[in-house]
Amino acid sequence: MIKIIEKYKLGPGMNFALLDAPLIAESAEPGQFVIVTIDEKSERIPLTIADFDRENKTISIVFQEMGKGTHRLANMQAGDFLYGVLGPQGNPSVIHENKDVIIIGGGIGIAPVFPIARKLTAHGNRVTSIIGYRNKDYVFWEDKMNAVSSSLLIATNDGSYGEKGFVTDLLKKEIESGKNIDEVIAIGPPIMMKAVSDMTREHSIKTIVSLNSLMVCGMGMCGACRVTVNNEIKFTCMDGPEFDAHQVDFNELMQRLGTYKNDEQKCFEDWQEENNGC
Amino acid sequence: MAVNYKSVPMREQLPDIRRKNFDEVPLGYSEEEAVEEAQRCLQCPKAPCISGCPVNINIKGFIKHIQNREFKEAVNVIYESDTLPCVTGRVCPQEDQCQAKCVVGVKGEAVSIGRLERYVADRDLEQRANDTKSIEINENLKAAVIGSGPAGIACAADLAKAGIKVTVFEGFHKLGGVLVYGIPEFRLPKRIVETEIETLKKLGVEFIKDTLIGRALTIDNLFEKGYKGIFIASGAGLPKFMGIPGENANGVYSANEYLTRVNLMKAYKFPEYETPVLKGKSIAVIGGGNVAMDAARTAIRLGSEKVYLIYRRTEAEMPARLEEVHHAKEEGLIFKMLTNPVSYSVDDKSFVKKIECISMELGEPDSSGRRRPVPVNGSNFEIDIDVAIVAVGTTPNPLIAKTTPDLKIGKYGEIPVDENNMTNKPGVFAGGDIVTGAATVITAMGAGRNAAASMIRYFSDIEQ
Ligand SMILES: Cc1cc2nc3c(=O)[nH]c(=O)nc-3n(C[C@H](O)[C@H](O)[C@H](O)COP(=O)(O)OP(=O)(O)OC[C@H]3O[C@@H](n4cnc5c(N)ncnc54)[C@H](O)[C@@H]3O)c2cc1C
Ligand SMILES: Cc1cc2nc3c(=O)[nH]c(=O)nc-3n(C[C@H](O)[C@H](O)[C@H](O)COP(=O)(O)OP(=O)(O)OC[C@H]3O[C@@H](n4cnc5c(N)ncnc54)[C@H](O)[C@@H]3O)c2cc1C
Ligand code: SF4
Ligand code: SF4
Ligand code: FES
Repeated sequence: MIKIIEKYKLGPGMNFALLDAPLIAESAEPGQFVIVTIDEKSERIPLTIADFDRENKTISIVFQEMGKGTHRLANMQAGDFLYGVLGPQGNPSVIHENKDVIIIGGGIGIAPVFPIARKLTAHGNRVTSIIGYRNKDYVFWEDKMNAVSSSLLIATNDGSYGEKGFVTDLLKKEIESGKNIDEVIAIGPPIMMKAVSDMTREHSIKTIVSLNSLMVCGMGMCGACRVTVNNEIKFTCMDGPEFDAHQVDFNELMQRLGTYKNDEQKCFEDWQEENNGC
Repeated sequence: MAVNYKSVPMREQLPDIRRKNFDEVPLGYSEEEAVEEAQRCLQCPKAPCISGCPVNINIKGFIKHIQNREFKEAVNVIYESDTLPCVTGRVCPQEDQCQAKCVVGVKGEAVSIGRLERYVADRDLEQRANDTKSIEINENLKAAVIGSGPAGIACAADLAKAGIKVTVFEGFHKLGGVLVYGIPEFRLPKRIVETEIETLKKLGVEFIKDTLIGRALTIDNLFEKGYKGIFIASGAGLPKFMGIPGENANGVYSANEYLTRVNLMKAYKFPEYETPVLKGKSIAVIGGGNVAMDAARTAIRLGSEKVYLIYRRTEAEMPARLEEVHHAKEEGLIFKMLTNPVSYSVDDKSFVKKIECISMELGEPDSSGRRRPVPVNGSNFEIDIDVAIVAVGTTPNPLIAKTTPDLKIGKYGEIPVDENNMTNKPGVFAGGDIVTGAATVITAMGAGRNAAASMIRYFSDIEQ
């Protein structure tokens, strides 16, 4: 059982939770994730470790309400216990020294890029962060990102905050400005990561993405998370979650994410009905 | 005394009924049936059956006790060699092991050793959990066991009985390894595994779930934390795929994923339990072992109209337990022998729609002594399906190997050990599927016990 120490909303459908998880906090590194089980009936929900504090023995998760699992998680409060949290899972991000790196976070994907940006900066890299939100109501962790970046660029789809447009629009400007870019690291919805990847491929800029494939075990025994990278089968939970973007088959990833759309929808609607009923 | 060549049948759920539920299929012997079956044992002077059992249970001895209705004594004889008789009595491939050597089996049906083992073990299950008392534990002698499958359970039990402080680390949120995430409820009720785990807890064994060694902690971290001996029993969990076109289509599962969704996550109770599984009307299962059979029979229970078993050799070469093959046929599994998949095709949303297969024939024997299946040119044909389950084997999970630089690893990712189940790294032992590749419950259990005995000797050496 893992205790929720703190829990609040970050924006519409977006949640923050601080967990008392000594063993995970001890070894967690940027880029790794946990698998959360709410109770015996819950799915195993993969969520990135958005922050960790070795001294206070805590980890943070930031999550978006999607289906029943994440909605139920959102309903939990400080003081409640989770049935289980497995982690840290996946390979830590590879952190180089003294490079020019562009970090891109889209929506909820801003949480997982934060610890990466922090570590990059601590290792003498010059970090330009580009973060994108739907509109100004969704803005979160701007201050945290600012503190760990050499420069911070913000986009919203409707222009209600920062520049109007997508993160790729800002990335394009950075590339066209002719600055040196050694590496791009992008985390967000698959469609965003694909767009970034397509853009940087043209300019031969090395790009890393963190894949959010479906998962069941999260520990290399089921193969639910398999993705095609460089025409080979890879298990996101064991071989990833970070991969070379230019080798990832994004179309397959997106198609596989749709496998249970109908079932999940039904499960969620049934649950909503039940909950409104009482 | 005349020899009785027919074994006492075990009552079973009828095929038409059990197709629709996940309850256990064989219902077990009554006391009278067990005694009657035990009477068939000739108490042979040499008792060849014993050498057929991988852990050499004194079979003749325990059956003698059943003949005398001394059931507690009978089960105690079994416990000397077998930590989990409720399990092995149900899942051992008896026809290849103990019962293969039974003298009565030469002319008729062998004595049903497995069923008798199950009978006395079931009778004692709850009782034993109540009887178990914790033993005085030496807090200075700490051992870590990695994995809570049969190898880990057996090792932990023997270490705890020797007064060693044991911590079992398990990656999953449930304990039992393949016994809970792989073998379905209708073959092995989960209540049994739970009771066995409770017994271990009473012995003083500590379980830490949701903790994967190699991620949260490495082997070296465990030594730093004061564990003096470590037993690796992490199983052979990484599923293999065939590498054919379309294998990543929606609806193509590894057997591990399919069975984990249904057994561990209880997808058969979706949406009450929240993990979904694609049910499918027409399902292809690829493989011929116990895993394939379990996946196929699970698919039948989830209501699929047609379930095909696609296997590249013939039924005679299938490694699955005979009883499972028999049960599966009764339940309506369609056998497509001498058939191999070559590709999958999909609909516009990338869901699998067809499996293309090729017919095979048996050629020259291969290194395993079985005749090698070779494709028949031009014999390709298609079957309409909406789910496929690939059960063509597993390989050891590479995580521990990757994070323990000085641990020697074999060609297939397995961990080589000596006759004491010790690895090349001092204080580190290994056993079960991680050493042998996918094998059986009883061999994994035997390895766990051997490792425990070795670790106890190792501790007494380092203490001096
Ligand atoms: C390594 C990894 C890290 C992740 N980190 C985060 C994170 O930090 N914050 C966060 O909010 N989410 C993260 N996700 C995604 C998150 O796991 C899913 O949103 C969640 O499992 C959905 O569960 P649910 O029960 O609420 O929805 P479900 O009922 O399971 O699904 C509802 C809908 O969401 C879609 N969906 C399901 N799983 C995923 C998925 N893995 N990715 C995208 N869409 C999915 C389904 O197609 C379905 O349409 C991560 C995923 C992975 C694999
Ligand atoms: C579907 C199926 C049906 C089978 N049917 C039969 C049968 O009828 N008869 C028979 O005799 N055998 C059968 N087998 C084989 C038998 O179950 C295995 O040989 C046996 O379970 C191996 O035991 P083990 O303890 O080595 O590993 P496992 O049972 O695989 O247990 C390993 C455990 O270790 C955990 N783990 C792995 N890595 C780590 C890590 N790094 N840190 C922490 N924990 C970890 C895993 O989660 C797992 O719980 C079947 C197997 C399957 C999959
Ligand atoms: S453990 Fe298995 S092989 Fe040994 S006697 Fe029991 S059923 Fe037979
Ligand atoms: S070989 Fe068969 S008949 Fe002989 S002792 Fe063993 S079980 Fe009994
Ligand atoms: S989620 Fe099971 S292998 Fe990756």
